[in-house]
Amino acid sequence: MAEPPKPSEITTAEHYARRREFIRSGALFLATSAAVGAGLTELSELGSADPPVKPPPMPKPAPGAAPWEISRRGRYTVPEQRTSYEDVTTYNNYYELGTSKSEPARLGFRIKTRPWTLQVTGELETPLTLDIDTLIRWFGLEERVYRMRCVEAWSMVIPWLGFPLADLIARCKPTSRAKYVAFTTLLDPEQLPNQESRVLSWPYVEGLRIDEAAHPLTFMALGLYGSPLPGQNGAPLRLVVPWKYGFKGGKSLVQMRFVENEPETTWNRAAPDEYGFYANVNPLVDHPRWSQASERRIGELARRKTLPFNGYQDEVASLYQGMDLRRFF
Amino acid sequence: MIAGSLVPFASLAHRALAHRLGANPVATALNQLGLLALVFLIASLSCTPLKIALGWTWPVRVRRTLGLFCFFTALCHFLVYFCLDQAFSLAAFLADVEKRPFISLGFTALLLLVPLALTSTKRSVTRLGFRAWQRLHQLAYLVGVLAVVHFYLRVKADHTEPLLYAAILGFGFGLRIVAAWQAAQNTRRRALARAGRSG
Repeated sequence: MAEPPKPSEITTAEHYARRREFIRSGALFLATSAAVGAGLTELSELGSADPPVKPPPMPKPAPGAAPWEISRRGRYTVPEQRTSYEDVTTYNNYYELGTSKSEPARLGFRIKTRPWTLQVTGELETPLTLDIDTLIRWFGLEERVYRMRCVEAWSMVIPWLGFPLADLIARCKPTSRAKYVAFTTLLDPEQLPNQESRVLSWPYVEGLRIDEAAHPLTFMALGLYGSPLPGQNGAPLRLVVPWKYGFKGGKSLVQMRFVENEPETTWNRAAPDEYGFYANVNPLVDHPRWSQASERRIGELARRKTLPFNGYQDEVASLYQGMDLRRFF
Repeated sequence: MIAGSLVPFASLAHRALAHRLGANPVATALNQLGLLALVFLIASLSCTPLKIALGWTWPVRVRRTLGLFCFFTALCHFLVYFCLDQAFSLAAFLADVEKRPFISLGFTALLLLVPLALTSTKRSVTRLGFRAWQRLHQLAYLVGVLAVVHFYLRVKADHTEPLLYAAILGFGFGLRIVAAWQAAQNTRRRALARAGRSG
């Protein structure tokens, strides 16, 4: 026979009468906190904040593409630790794919990298249309580990794969009127969906002075970490200018134009007081809205001091001799 | 309400501990807390417009909780900026406040929230007198404007989101003005009616 319940275990008449109220207020509490909590969490993780994304698998060379072999490595490297493949491929600024850092990694797959051609026009002997695999066959693939400093005061160390732009320029035989080179990104809202928006004027155009373009450090990248570039990093062909802020490196390039006058470039047009044509990494010239004196290396917590020309001063400072770098920022 | 308001903090803390805040966790935490503070602020400033437009009174009852959470979140946002982003560098912080309007505006907004948080108790209302207390708490409108401008100035190119918050804030202000104008009209009409009867 079961023992009778102890008096302390017996529900009081008052509580018994209020059980419905208790259940109702309990349900109300759960519903309110769930709704409020979900709403606030969702809202605060929108837009400027970045939900984590999975890194893409390392892309494989397209079928029928040129052989994907590293012909040269070790000529250019930096003594610092490389940023992880995951961070390099999930934290990107590629506004044509979305303005958050994570959106490009989600949509990068939309860029169809074969067939792909680069048009070379303007001030050169004969205009050229070059297939991307032809470029790989002509110049081979060299690995170079460069620092990458974003104008937003963060930085990475990336092992790129590609060829020096100087090699391509030499093949193109520009005329003496070619004083600048303009680089144009693909214009196709099917592949680059955020080109539907008016965030920036499309297509994205960047430019270099011809001596900057022909400098041995200036690089055309087709891969990183030993495999082809994922879409979000500018597949299949992008510019890398390691002593300049990252936005100078146009992605998914379809055209290269030799011109006589300084080309209009996208960010410079959008906010001329914030983004100069030169955009050399310079700790002494602040962005109007933040300091450029230091940077956060992705993967590190403490900030590092930003180096003049991103640490490539010895190689490139001579390009700007006699120039007021505060004026030509 | 309080339990719900703690969820985004728990989510942020959980993701921070699980290393799931992406490649730049400091920036992610900073952005997320800033946005959350703004959401709390806009929500607390939307209580009165909701009452005016829809006759709902329950939002007014949670207004103080929302306001206090706004202050708490804004303080966390500031601490992440000062402690983690600038590594406690007073020099860097002062240079930022001096040179960069968006930071000075944001910091002003935080400072203005301090007296509001301190006088959020019922006792403060009695101590200050309702009128004076109400006038003091109208500072929240200014904080709302400062916070939205702070957000707008920080964004690089895509201004949709700050403009959306500005629109909600502006709509609320509009409703308040219309309601105040209608109230004034009613008072005048009543005064006129009274004058008519006695004359």
